[in-house]
This record gives sequence, structure tokens and C-alpha cells, in this order.
Amino acid sequence: MLGASLDVGCWMLELLIFPMSEATVILDANAIGRALTRTAHEIAERNENSVEVVLIGIPEGGVPLAQRLGKILSEIWKISVPIGSLDVSMHRDDLDQRAAPKIHPTKIPFDVNGKIVVLVDDVLFSGRTIRAALDALNDFGRPMKIQLAVLIDRGHRDLPIKADFVGKNVPTAANEKVHVRIGEKDEVILERK
Amino acid sequence: MSWNKKHLLDIESLTADEIVTVLDTARAFKAVGERAIKKVPALRGKTVVNLFIEPSTRTRISFELAAQRLTADIVNFSADASSFKKGETLKDTAKNLEALNADFIIIRHSASGAPHFLSRVVNASIINAGDGAHEHPTQALLDAFTIREHKKKIVGLNVTILGDILYSRVARSNIWALTKLGAKVTLCGPSTLVPKTFEQMGCRVTHEVDEAIRDADIIHLLRIQHERQRKTMFPSIGEYTTLFGLNKARLAKTKSDALIMHPGPINRGVEIDSEIADCSRSLILEQVTNGLAVRMAVLFLLNGGKGPQEVAT
Repeated sequence: MLGASLDVGCWMLELLIFPMSEATVILDANAIGRALTRTAHEIAERNENSVEVVLIGIPEGGVPLAQRLGKILSEIWKISVPIGSLDVSMHRDDLDQRAAPKIHPTKIPFDVNGKIVVLVDDVLFSGRTIRAALDALNDFGRPMKIQLAVLIDRGHRDLPIKADFVGKNVPTAANEKVHVRIGEKDEVILERK
Repeated sequence: MSWNKKHLLDIESLTADEIVTVLDTARAFKAVGERAIKKVPALRGKTVVNLFIEPSTRTRISFELAAQRLTADIVNFSADASSFKKGETLKDTAKNLEALNADFIIIRHSASGAPHFLSRVVNASIINAGDGAHEHPTQALLDAFTIREHKKKIVGLNVTILGDILYSRVARSNIWALTKLGAKVTLCGPSTLVPKTFEQMGCRVTHEVDEAIRDADIIHLLRIQHERQRKTMFPSIGEYTTLFGLNKARLAKTKSDALIMHPGPINRGVEIDSEIADCSRSLILEQVTNGLAVRMAVLFLLNGGKGPQEVAT
């Protein structure tokens, strides 16, 4: 029961309750930093007209990553890059199949019409969050282009969705979990059961 | 964040955590209402029935718009234009609605406990939109939302509810919600309408209006529910206004940041002076706006199924 209700924030608790599960740090702070720097340069290379680019993070994991990428891009381009956050929970396709998800604030303090929107998320897995995000973004306007940047692509797609920028490809089994923690101590953990 | 309920029948059975979950969720839905496109597909394909056996404008329209903004289909059903007039029972009406595959039934009824009864006889999610003098849970949730938005917290606030408490479902739901969230609730009004027994619900009862509102952060006014009173509970409306109506002189003796709330419909010149109802300290119309967001949040949360909250990435 407890195992079923865990989320990214309380994976440690699960480790205490299920000592059988095994967790490995697959990216440490340095590796995350390098991956984000490379991703930012790839975004800059792909989009020459920097004034058109805006970053939108998907809560919770994508928001701090969008901020990190925005900071690096601002240094590359010498202009400040607009950053927003887009909650996708109202657009999910599984709303009546599990407890209602926690909703996070959507903050898009700029016009997305005609912009190149880079959606940012921490882990790309089934692709369902990104499908919901594309749908949610529709309500805010018609961007010129939408691109996708993720820190981890762990495979196992349910939908025809592909990231434009990937920090690291991590082959996983379906029953494994990937936890991205960005904050005081950056790390990516692969948990096996 | 926690929500595993199928029905919203009352505030009494909710935990503080569940109330806060509704308020937090409502914040996101309020933002949706401020966008150019005010609609999200969260309840696409669901059917909502407004089963209003008692008259209502505000609550019915609010639920109707809430369902529409979540992309649900909604049917309105009112007592005077229905088979109730032909002698059909509430259970049979509900069973018929269920046969049409209604996913949600929002019920307002003059009998306390009618929503609880429905939740036992049909499979749809039941939302109580007011049952007799018992509870009006979404009103209390929108009131708590409005208070929290203005005062940034609820714990420790002095909230005075002034008026007809005895016949008020709004008062009962508010007392439950506010005390669970840690506010200090004072009830005031004529002794016939504010009996001391309400102290058992964890609030203070007084019949001195100036004393009741002196230290209040929130003054919550209630209408006299003539339709529920079997006999006259006080000598005259004029006397009620003189003794308990909120006017400029009374308001001058309250804290300068005390805010005024009223669930509507207001009776101008009875429980509230017209001028005060429209002043900057009055949150009456904001309550209406927030009601829509709160009802969207309630429908959204009840729509969730069983199982973990975790979502597929």
C-alpha cells in the first residue's frame, strides 16, 4: 500500500520499507551539469534566432531544469531567455484511472504565438506527459515550433513521441524507476526492484 | 495532498488535509478561468446532472459552468419542471438518471441527508449542493479559499459568522471547515437563531454584535432563512436590522482590515447596508468567482479513480 503511493519526493522512504530494492546513482552533479551544458549548446545550435526561443518546464521535474538551461542559454546568447512552467495534469488521458494528480501552477508570462517553445522535462518514458503538454500548450496560442528537451530518455514509449535534445539515454527495464533530483544535491538515481 | 473520496457529502467527514487539497487544486482552476481559453478537457465524455429540488441561481449556474469548463456534459433538472410533480420518489428519479449513465449527480434538497441517501442507492459520484439546514460543503470550501487568498492563512484568524445560524447549512459547513483549519469562530445573532448548543461544535456564541465583530478578521454575514422558519424567530425585520445589521457605524468599530463576506443572495438594507455590500472590504463577488474554481476542483478530484496518485511520465 505504501509502496503504491510513493512519488519522486519520497523514494527514500520506499527504500527503507523495501530493502530488497536497489538504487544506483547513474548521474552525479557533475555529469548532470555537463549534460545540461551540452543540451543548451545543442538548443543554441539548432535555433539560430535566439530571440524567438522560450523555455517551458513541465512540473515538477522539468521546471528547475528549464531554469538551469535558461541560465546557460542566456550566457551563450547574451540575452535573457523567457522561462515558464506548464502544468499538464488537466490534459492527461488517465485522469479517471488513478487518484487525481497534484496540480502545479502554470506560469507563462509571455506570448507563445510565433515563438520556438522548448518544452523541458526530466524523464521521457511513455510519452503521455508530452502528449498532454502539447495539448495544454494549444490553449496558450500557436507557437512557430515546439521542441522537446529531456534530461533522461529511458525508452518504453507508448506514443510516437521523440525528444529533440536528450541529456542522457538510459536503457531501463519497465519495472525500474528513474528519479531525478535537482536542488541542493543534483543526482539521477535508477531504482531496481 | 490527498484525496480518495468518491462523493462530497459534507465537510464534517473531511480531514484538514483533504480540505487543503481542494483549496490548492482550486488555485490552479482559478488561473484557468483567467485565460483566454477557459476550458480544459479533464472531464471529457463525463455526464453531470444538476438535480436541484430546491431553488438556486448562484450554485446551479456555478456548477453548470464548472462542468462545462471541464468539458463534461451537463443536464439541469429542477423540481417544478419534473416528475416530482407527478409523485416520483427521489430514489426513482436518481435511478433514472443513473440509467442515463450520469457520472456525477449534484443535488440540492430541502431534506438533510438527501445526498447521503443518494450515495447509497446509485453508483454516480454525489455532490451535496445544499441539504436542508445541514451542510453546503462547496460554499464552505469557496469561503475558506477566499479567506486564504486574502489573509494568506486561516489558522489563528478570528471569523465571526453573523445572522441566522440555526437554519443555515452555510454556517454549519463553514464552522466545520474553519475550525478544522484552525480558525477561531464566533457566532452571533438573535438568541432564538443562535442557540448556545453551537458551542459543542467548537465555537464561541455571543448575542452582542459589537463585541462579536470587534476583533474579527472576517465578518461572515448570513441571510435570514424565512423559508425554513416555521414560526417567527424575532419580532421584526426592522428590529433585526437595528440590532444585528452591518452598517457603517458598526463597521467603523471593527479592525481596519476586517473583510466582509456573504454567501448570497444578499438582502440589502436587512443584514447588510447597501453601501457596505459594495465597498472595497466586501468580498461578496469574489466569492462567486472563487466558487467556480472550487467547484471545478471538486469535480476534478472526485473524477480521480482509485489507486496511486503517481502518473505516467
